[in-house]
Amino acid sequence: MSEIRPGASWSGAADAFVRIEDVVKIYGDVVAVKSVSLSVGRQEIFALLGSSGCGKSTLLRMLAGFEEVTSGRLFLDNEDITTLPPYKRPVNMMFQSYALFPHMTVEDNVAFGLKQEGVPRNEIHSRVYEALDLVQMGAYARRKPSQLSGGQQQRVALARSLVKRPKLLLLDEPMSALDKQIRQKTQIELVKILDKVGVTCIMVTHDQEEAMTMAHRMAVMSEGQIVQCGAPQEVYDFPSSRFVANFVGSTNLFTGHIAVDEADHVQIESEQLNRPLYVNHGVSEPLGMEVHVSIRPERIRVHREQPAGDFNWAHGMVSHMAWMGSYARYLIRLDSGMQVEAAVSRLVMSQNDSPAVGEEVYIDWSGDSATVLTS
Amino acid sequence: MKPRLPSPPASWRRMLVIAPPFVWLILFLLVPFLLVLKISFADLQFGVPPYTALAEFSDQALSVVLNLRGYALLFTDSLYVSTYLHSVKMAAVTTLFCILIGYPMAYYIARSEPATRNLLLIGVILPFWTSLLLRVYAWIGILRNDGLLNNLLMGLGLIDQPLEIYRTDLAVYIGLIYAYLPFFILPLYANLVKLDTRLLEAAYDLGAKPWQAFRSVTLPLSMPGVIAGAMLVFIPSVGEFVIPEMLGGADTLMIGRVMWTEFFNNSDWPMAAAVTCVMVMLLLVPLILFQYGQTRHLGMRGGRRNG
Repeated sequence: MSEIRPGASWSGAADAFVRIEDVVKIYGDVVAVKSVSLSVGRQEIFALLGSSGCGKSTLLRMLAGFEEVTSGRLFLDNEDITTLPPYKRPVNMMFQSYALFPHMTVEDNVAFGLKQEGVPRNEIHSRVYEALDLVQMGAYARRKPSQLSGGQQQRVALARSLVKRPKLLLLDEPMSALDKQIRQKTQIELVKILDKVGVTCIMVTHDQEEAMTMAHRMAVMSEGQIVQCGAPQEVYDFPSSRFVANFVGSTNLFTGHIAVDEADHVQIESEQLNRPLYVNHGVSEPLGMEVHVSIRPERIRVHREQPAGDFNWAHGMVSHMAWMGSYARYLIRLDSGMQVEAAVSRLVMSQNDSPAVGEEVYIDWSGDSATVLTS
Repeated sequence: MKPRLPSPPASWRRMLVIAPPFVWLILFLLVPFLLVLKISFADLQFGVPPYTALAEFSDQALSVVLNLRGYALLFTDSLYVSTYLHSVKMAAVTTLFCILIGYPMAYYIARSEPATRNLLLIGVILPFWTSLLLRVYAWIGILRNDGLLNNLLMGLGLIDQPLEIYRTDLAVYIGLIYAYLPFFILPLYANLVKLDTRLLEAAYDLGAKPWQAFRSVTLPLSMPGVIAGAMLVFIPSVGEFVIPEMLGGADTLMIGRVMWTEFFNNSDWPMAAAVTCVMVMLLLVPLILFQYGQTRHLGMRGGRRNG
């Protein structure tokens, strides 16, 4: 299922730096990871996205060496690391809880990995301060982790996992312990640091915005399997299944039957809408087959006048409206009883003259804003 | 945003909450100790009580007599000095062996599955359900010349002559270590079970082999537990009476036995009180201060983590 659509920043297994081949993890009679295969390129930031229990953390822990692989192989830079213990892998991890050693200073925390390697003392000192300067924590070298804020602890944890210059950096829910306000800023800073160091990075997150902000490519996981893999924008715009469409962002899903299927378009009859759906891509599926159409809330336009075309519109009533600041979120009950969500940008509507709750409205969308889903 | 702590309660209510332990300590620790201190400065006399009063008021004169006979004897008679040294040595060796035996046991229990963990803990606590006296008697049965151990070893043909353990220092060590081991295991277990295993994973991840991770992470973070357990073993074993009395030989000198002899055989209360007071002043006060300082120091280093 790890189909790579054109437009990905990286493709092809030839320059795969990290290779996960048919990896399975079984605990007792629970299958945590069902046959995952994945390739990650050198210097790529790759996100494993999924809800809790989908197997993403287990996969990360197998890469770190904390969990044994039930079957399958793991390769890093053409070296088989499947059975290497964690302390022999050129892999470092930044833990969700940071796992800073509470009895050591910031400096000793960062120096820990280098001391294990037997790096000479003066080199340890210069590398530790280089790493701390990279995350702008040089001034805090003598503090204990308990004397730092959450954001500062995160920077120290990052310095500690980068100081050994690992071939692969693992990030486990890197932002989950931070306040919401500083998350976005930190995400961008983190990506800057990773780009500067040029390290290959695999991160795990349940937050789709985080994956989309930080990753070059991402894989959506569900029930131990990868359901879709690609660049964030691609996964968002062309979800391969209803699960992905719902998980990555919110969406409106219409159910209907294929009426016309051509190479460049498809027409779908849906009882939920007043007019048939017209989508600007073919699906090569039998006529009459039941399919689903995903339309993102921001692609839906809200009007007072009836649209002119024969396709892609419906009539309904505003049942709820909320100003979200940069956009307005509408819930519109269609004649069929179906509830549709529309996110209307403030660019296209004026604050005084927007449809109010209870008002009758029409919604429409363009043929290239919809995606047909067969699964 | 950190949740704000509730404002501190009015001071009288706080007093009410912390008063009971203080009252308890004053009534049952400080007052008895002051009584003992008083007796230690009295002189021996026949009668009830068998010691003189410190202050006397007669002929319009208040005379306070501090009798230092007990203390003088303590520091001049080499018997007392060597008893102190021997007690400290016995307690120190006992503590050392409790650490060596108890640390792996506590570590193993803390790392077990929660179900087995409780079973093992019950195993540690279970001996408390029978009297210490009975358990020490059982050790006599094991260690005697014609006891279980010697019979077994001779039956197996490993030795011809019975090993003389009973009524020696070795028997006292065995008894002390056996009796005090749980007091070391329990506080250390309580510390180890709280250790965040992700810290160990972080150490492995950074290249530490299991032994190095233990040495640089588990061991330093478990020091408050080790210190607490060691104190719980060391302090009572210095003054232990029952075990050296029942298992030790005539030459096993321990403060507890000397105190007993002075009180009950010689009826010399002031001397016994002086022995007690010197033990408390010389050994226990510095140790308690040391422990207080250590745990506070470690607490500051290892304690609170906010994230």
